[in-house]
Amino acid sequence: MEIPMIYYVVVSTVMFFAGVYGFVTRKNLLAILISLELMLNAVDINFVVFNRYLFPQQLEGFFFTLFAVAIAAAETAIAIAIIINIYRNIRNIKVDDLDKMKY
Amino acid sequence: MEQIANHIIFFLLSAVIVVCSIMAVTSRRILRAATYLLFVLFATAGFYFQLDYHFLGAVQITIYAGGIVVLFVFAILLTSKLGEKSDRISSTKRAWGLAAALLGALICGYTLCTHDFFPQFAADGEVDMKTLGHALMGMDKYQYLLPFEAVSILLLACIIGGIMIARKR
Repeated sequence: MEIPMIYYVVVSTVMFFAGVYGFVTRKNLLAILISLELMLNAVDINFVVFNRYLFPQQLEGFFFTLFAVAIAAAETAIAIAIIINIYRNIRNIKVDDLDKMKY
Repeated sequence: MEQIANHIIFFLLSAVIVVCSIMAVTSRRILRAATYLLFVLFATAGFYFQLDYHFLGAVQITIYAGGIVVLFVFAILLTSKLGEKSDRISSTKRAWGLAAALLGALICGYTLCTHDFFPQFAADGEVDMKTLGHALMGMDKYQYLLPFEAVSILLLACIIGGIMIARKR
């Protein structure tokens, strides 16, 4: 366990900003959701690493990550339900084509 | 010897994470992007195992890799043709995305590298399941029964919402 903490944090930073790049540039709704998952996952790594290295007696980061995973799963399920509903209505899931709220 | 093995595993995992997360946001085929996301999630689980949080690694694999990625693959197969490539990104949009990502990464990287984290190395030792179970189910300070119940309500709402949204009218 001799790996310095900064290594983990740098990896998760790269992952987070890859997610930011995808979030800005992608057009497909599912691809945007994938970028969002990357960002959430990077934050989870940060929680776990800070918990492990800075406060090893406590479990805050651990449980934050546990609940974040559960909430991410719920959020993804709902988002995919919405996306499939959109696809059913307008046969397309590009963000450019989603300019009407109601059909 | 174990140290060297640990380092090698760490660098392998971080190489997988860096390469695959960049590929996941730049690949023009969405199914491949989902596959790269799967690799990233597995490597993250590897990080958790390496940090001795075995329960969290198992949760990561079962929920993320087993649940969410399967949902993604289903949704992708339902909404796009196989082998379909997305349009090329316009150069202004790519420039904005790159600017946001690089600027953020630069600021974060600078802050992280100049900050001195005090205990630089992690303490050894696994968290045993009994502690975890007590913390998850207890009502005292630093115990998490209330968020646990809130998450269960959230999941119920999510089930109902998913059915409401996705049903045929």
